[in-house]
Amino acid sequence: MIVKLRQPKREVTVDGNRTVNQLLDELDMNRESFLVIRNGTLVPGDGRLDDDDTIEIRPVISGG
Amino acid sequence: MNYSKCRVCGERAIIDLPRHNANFCGEHLLQLCRRQVEKAIHDHDMLSKDDKILVAVSGGKDSLAVWDILLELGYRADGLYIGLGIGEYSDVSGDYTREFAEERGLTLTTIDLRDEYDYDVPTAAKVTKRVPCSACGLSKRHLFDKAALDGGYDVVVTGHNLDDEAAVLFGNALRWDVEYLARQYPVLPARDGFPKKVKPLMRLTEREMAAWCIVRGIDYQVEECPMALGNKHLAYKDALNSIERESPGSKSAFYLEFVDKMSPILAEHRRTTGRELVACTSCGAPTTEPDSGDAPVCAFCRLHDRVSGVEAVPVEMVLNKKARKAYLAAQAAGE
Repeated sequence: MIVKLRQPKREVTVDGNRTVNQLLDELDMNRESFLVIRNGTLVPGDGRLDDDDTIEIRPVISGG
Repeated sequence: MNYSKCRVCGERAIIDLPRHNANFCGEHLLQLCRRQVEKAIHDHDMLSKDDKILVAVSGGKDSLAVWDILLELGYRADGLYIGLGIGEYSDVSGDYTREFAEERGLTLTTIDLRDEYDYDVPTAAKVTKRVPCSACGLSKRHLFDKAALDGGYDVVVTGHNLDDEAAVLFGNALRWDVEYLARQYPVLPARDGFPKKVKPLMRLTEREMAAWCIVRGIDYQVEECPMALGNKHLAYKDALNSIERESPGSKSAFYLEFVDKMSPILAEHRRTTGRELVACTSCGAPTTEPDSGDAPVCAFCRLHDRVSGVEAVPVEMVLNKKARKAYLAAQAAGE
């Protein structure tokens, strides 16, 4: 799956299905500091992500 | 297929909130947020439906969300946006704010620091050799106060959320800064020429506010301010989120229990240590009398006198090495 990240803005490709929490753990990202969005819709921590999904991992610490 | 279910209705959940030990669908996430705002307003006597409210909007998730929630709850609220001149970051933030207001037919006042006061935040930081957040906060506080009083508003609403307040509390507690701890309260009553200020998002986390905007379809400035990169406030938020991950609910207990249990103890300190205020001889805003016997001039006017008319300094010129590297990389990536 393609995973879009910010700060800095970049994309990484991750192979294989996994849950949101597994993905965040693999990328060493704290679940409290991010939201995961699949095709414009939020996905909870135990939500499954498929190989052909495009995922955005959005930091929640932002904005003046 | 198995999927997590909303605690309220049993439909498919979109978010897990470990501090509530529950998952929620979009509709019931919104309900939770509205109820937390209503509780904050009620418990701390923040607002009434008759109040004329001015929301301090930045184009970020929190200020747009609090404006949205207050309107949903039936409050009358206008917005004020201040263009701080922080390069593309300010341009994008202003666009999101105007878009939000225009789509909903809301009243939005815009003040551009460079156009109206002949300076911007990067230039102020460079000239004063202080951290940019200091010049930014000072400018915003003064202009929001002034706009509220000039416009006949009863109260200024800011989008400070639970994470913001917990991070400030953490920093103040690390130094046992009793002066600041005594002043940290979600309501500042009107006094001596200052308008009332309230923080209705005090019970909601940063993650919940970002989720509110996504569910409600509100576009906001997702990037952090380039001038804030690497500051202590963000480091405290990271530290608290590490604790929260191991022990969900810690962050809200830390801050909300402080408000409930420590603030009353510190209230006496608040009452007895406030300095007498006098009018600034330049703009009339309230300020402290200088010990030197000089004419009182407020911090905003002193800043303005020093930086007004100085040629604009680019954002990257006032960042530390690490922040500059990150900023330039982001620019190169087309952000």
